[in-house]
Amino acid sequence: MTHYQLTENLFDDVKEEPTRAGFGRGLKAAGETNEAIVALCADLTESTQMHLFRQAFPQRFIEMGIAEQNMVTVASGMARAGKIPFTSSYAAFSPGRNYEQIRTTIALNNQPVKIIGSHAGVSVGPDGATHQMLEDIALMRVLPNMVVIAPGDSIEAAKATHAIAANGKPSYLRLAREKTPIFSTEESPFEIGKAYILWEGHDVTLLGTGTMTYQLLKAAKLLQEKGIYVEVVHVPTIKPLDDETILASIRKTGRAVSAEEAQIKGGFGGAIAELLSEKLPTPLLRIGMEDRFGESGKPDELLDYFGLTGEKMAERIAEFVSATPKYHQGF
Amino acid sequence: MESPLTISQLEQKASDIRRDIITMLEAASSGHSAGPLGLADIFTALYFNILNINPKEPEWTERDVFFLSNGHCVPVQYAAMAERGFFDVKELVTLRKFGSRLQGHPEREKLPGLENTSGPLGSGVSQASGYAYTMQYIDNINHRWVYFVTGDGELDEGNIWEAAMFAGKYKLGNLIGFIDRNNIQIDGSTEEVMPLEDLRGKWESFGWHVQEIDGHNIESVIDAASMARAITNKPSIIIAHTIPGKGVDFMEYDYHWHGVAPNSDQAKEALKKLRTLNGKISHEGEGV
Repeated sequence: MTHYQLTENLFDDVKEEPTRAGFGRGLKAAGETNEAIVALCADLTESTQMHLFRQAFPQRFIEMGIAEQNMVTVASGMARAGKIPFTSSYAAFSPGRNYEQIRTTIALNNQPVKIIGSHAGVSVGPDGATHQMLEDIALMRVLPNMVVIAPGDSIEAAKATHAIAANGKPSYLRLAREKTPIFSTEESPFEIGKAYILWEGHDVTLLGTGTMTYQLLKAAKLLQEKGIYVEVVHVPTIKPLDDETILASIRKTGRAVSAEEAQIKGGFGGAIAELLSEKLPTPLLRIGMEDRFGESGKPDELLDYFGLTGEKMAERIAEFVSATPKYHQGF
Repeated sequence: MESPLTISQLEQKASDIRRDIITMLEAASSGHSAGPLGLADIFTALYFNILNINPKEPEWTERDVFFLSNGHCVPVQYAAMAERGFFDVKELVTLRKFGSRLQGHPEREKLPGLENTSGPLGSGVSQASGYAYTMQYIDNINHRWVYFVTGDGELDEGNIWEAAMFAGKYKLGNLIGFIDRNNIQIDGSTEEVMPLEDLRGKWESFGWHVQEIDGHNIESVIDAASMARAITNKPSIIIAHTIPGKGVDFMEYDYHWHGVAPNSDQAKEALKKLRTLNGKISHEGEGV
């Protein structure tokens, strides 16, 4: 097992930054070494942090206007001409608005276009349900050829940006608007298709994707104080899923929890349920949005209301552990 | 190409392509008849005169690129490609069959020489625009051209107009499109289903150079493409007026033939009655 270097002050005065900021830095840096990278944005260049790339490489940045369908199909044509196009908007619009174009001209056409969906999840806050994309994981992970990544923090978002620039495949990167804690370090590993054990334990495996992984770490600490020893596995790549690491942990603990800021049906929790029911039937608690839309409010208020904070998660996990025997090997 | 074909040789080639289309569709017993037959003259002009391509080297880096937007019309592209030497004409009858490289709608990765995957309508103009933009603004290539064909019913799609705005804004002078203006779509006449006129005015107002031609006059098709290449400060659209089902009497103008293939008796009849552009019946049911 690769040792995962967590940041030193994980629970106290942890540094915060939005994952989209890491993407913006990563794209500019990737653009410096790879001239094939081009960037397209649908009138949200600062919001998606593509303005850093635009400032550095104005000739390789294309303003698309509010036209997400055209953005991804133009990108498909640019990929045919040898480029590595990064397209960005809010996840509610891309892949929300232009799913068929992504399916046909990028996934089936197998072109290395990168779809950057920013402002995903309820933590978008006051904009409300229309802008809080919750179905993108479900939509994108079922597309053949597509790679799906939800980075855990801004440092990892930069690494993921470099990785998808180099993978030669259609790829989806899910980003968040709000500042979130940076739990990893520059030295922490990131590889597409790998999950990482951040916290070791034996009572239950907590699988987190995106920024929910930090909340699981908080839950882990609270649960430890109650005598429940959890294992936290960070799963930034939702497709392809690191079956091996996930199953090895669950074989040890005998219980599983998934956490995401998205619909659990079809989402990350859906992916975990598929994996476990086929390979290792295990009691599973899925934390996330439960078949409903979000609504307006402050980000923290909404995360609390929907049970997506470390404190709320710790309560549910404690209940789950006490009510659910470990059983997986007798099946 | 060594020496370009004469107009009468091209007209003969268009008849060969029509014969191929009927034979392919009958063998597939599904597919679209009217559009491909109506586009045969434009595809003959493209593949035998206009496009600078090398059938022996489909990925030739100096080639012109062609994007088909209305993927359901791909039988005419397959036939033109085979006649041009991209693959053996014998393969045409595998259209739509299991294991074939000739998918019902074109898939780039299946068949060398295809530039894009299409079928769901409205995306081809954008894909062509992305390629054209890359050459014009990023790679500074000014001796290659990007062509596309779109249907007219397809212009109902919003994605088309997003692309039209984009190519107009960036004055993509290396982009040349043909609209197959045959006035039909599945539910009936385009002007009844969702009126497109003033079509010329629409494209002009989006910043495109517009020409209107008889899409069955091969010389006009070639001339319009030359004119379009001479217009370097804006994208070009050529509204090609065509007759759906052109060449087969009982299919012409009839929208019912949009989405169906001829059965064996109908195909025999069609091949017997297949007319050249001069109105001559030139074939006696000769298959692929």
